[in-house]
Amino acid sequence: MLVIAVVVAFPLYWMMLGAVKPAGEIESSEPRPWTLSPTLDSFRRVLGQQEFGRYFLNSLLVAVTVVVASALIAFLAATAVTRFRFRFRTTLLIMFLAAQMVPVEALAIPLFFLMRDFGQLNTLGALILPHIAFSLPFAIWMLRGFVKAVPEALEEAAYLDGASRTRFLWQILFPLVLPGLIATSVFSFISAWNDFLFAKSFIISDISRSTLPMALLVFYKPDDPDWGGVMAASTVMTIPVLVFFVLVQRRLVSGLGGAVKD
Amino acid sequence: MSVAHTPARGRGGWTPWLYLAPALVVLAGLLVYPIYQLGLISFLEYTQAQVSGGEPTTFRGFGNYAELFGDTEFWQVLLATVVFAAACVVSTLAVGCALAVLLTRVRALPRLALMLAALGAWATPAITGSTVWLFLFDPDFGPVNRVLGLGDHSWTYGRYSAFALVLLEVVWCSFPFVMVTVYAGIRAVPSEVLEAAALDGASQWRIWRSVLAPMLRPILVVVTIQSVIWDFKVFTQIYVMTNGGGIAGQNLVLNVYAYQKAFASSQYSLGSAIGVVMLLILLVITLGYLRLLRRQGEEL
Repeated sequence: MLVIAVVVAFPLYWMMLGAVKPAGEIESSEPRPWTLSPTLDSFRRVLGQQEFGRYFLNSLLVAVTVVVASALIAFLAATAVTRFRFRFRTTLLIMFLAAQMVPVEALAIPLFFLMRDFGQLNTLGALILPHIAFSLPFAIWMLRGFVKAVPEALEEAAYLDGASRTRFLWQILFPLVLPGLIATSVFSFISAWNDFLFAKSFIISDISRSTLPMALLVFYKPDDPDWGGVMAASTVMTIPVLVFFVLVQRRLVSGLGGAVKD
Repeated sequence: MSVAHTPARGRGGWTPWLYLAPALVVLAGLLVYPIYQLGLISFLEYTQAQVSGGEPTTFRGFGNYAELFGDTEFWQVLLATVVFAAACVVSTLAVGCALAVLLTRVRALPRLALMLAALGAWATPAITGSTVWLFLFDPDFGPVNRVLGLGDHSWTYGRYSAFALVLLEVVWCSFPFVMVTVYAGIRAVPSEVLEAAALDGASQWRIWRSVLAPMLRPILVVVTIQSVIWDFKVFTQIYVMTNGGGIAGQNLVLNVYAYQKAFASSQYSLGSAIGVVMLLILLVITLGYLRLLRRQGEEL
């Protein structure tokens, strides 16, 4: 079991090791799984690269905006489909399910022209808007379980006490669903943070609007990659997601279980 | 799932639509409308000349599709996509389920270790995962060739070894979802059932096949479909690891093929036609999935 865990963790270990190894040890034909002289040279090279900090902030801005916007929109929509009965409810649910299957990548072409027509090419909006749309269906689908778990008796009690619908929604339901909302956010965060295709297609001429994946590729030239730089940049890019994951992992497991069983 | 529909759920009038409005507006503008556009462009003559306004846009009917289906490269890419996705799905499910079963049978410490390792793999962005795996299998400086004694064998040179390398990376970063979900499912199975099976002398494989798999069927269906959808759409890994589709396009899959057609050679209408083909294939899979769910009597 531990052996399997080691094998699974090895690529990540190798990434971080590669990030701190001195250049001479990386470019050696005798790769060793340790280093006796760790150095921050690669990190310095990456962070010293023009605008790397800017790319990082761009990525962060895109991901955070997507997470907050899609969480709020998905929360409202999930409440509508779980706590109300109305015509077309089932139809809508099926459509949300079907929408998850749409290959985002295939839509890069029409979205490219849409963004061009609205003058959004080369802006962060071109990355934010599509990701909100693409993370919504899954977020709504997953949040259903969390919203459903809040007893209806609580809702009736709130109304009996004279609370308005809006008050119940934001002051009672929202805090109760918040843990689930955060777990769901992991997925929208990842899809926005990891996005490579849109970043590559929509940010074409103004590189000051680029995001991390593009910065990483600066160091990765297929013929002569700067492995130390690539590994350091990869480490910088992976750590925020890793932290997010570890923080919400418990919720994530129960949330997935709930979403799947419902 | 037998929810008693209390009166509170019935009331509301326009309220649910008010709550749904933001979601519907966003989805209509950025999902439904682009799908319509994708279909439209696939019927037009739309290349760099039309984009820049040099030539008028003309309607080609099924011309783009005829061109696509007449191209042997398209069929090769389609076949490669299906085989590659199938291989990824089968491997991911096998690894994920096996480790989920294993997780239930070990002590807390190794379980935590594997969970954390899997979480790390899951959290790794596709692009960094791709570069790290390339580094691991690097012909000059990678540890894998060293350990296996392969000298400077290049994994990305041959068609099949390049696909195999991408497959390993895809399995590595997608098995944790299967493992965690199936593990959560197994935990929900009453332990008496498993104990009874063990007392009857059933082997591990037998317990999985005759007891767990049938009980976990709904979960297995979900993770299978999710994996099919994800693996059918692999883009970043192929693009980065094989440098845009491999030598002479030997490692192209539909997604990368559409991208190359549209953005590298400005044949937007052909790229769109490929996109429509992908959309239709995934639609068929989705419909099959919905029928399965329905047959299981799930209430939405």
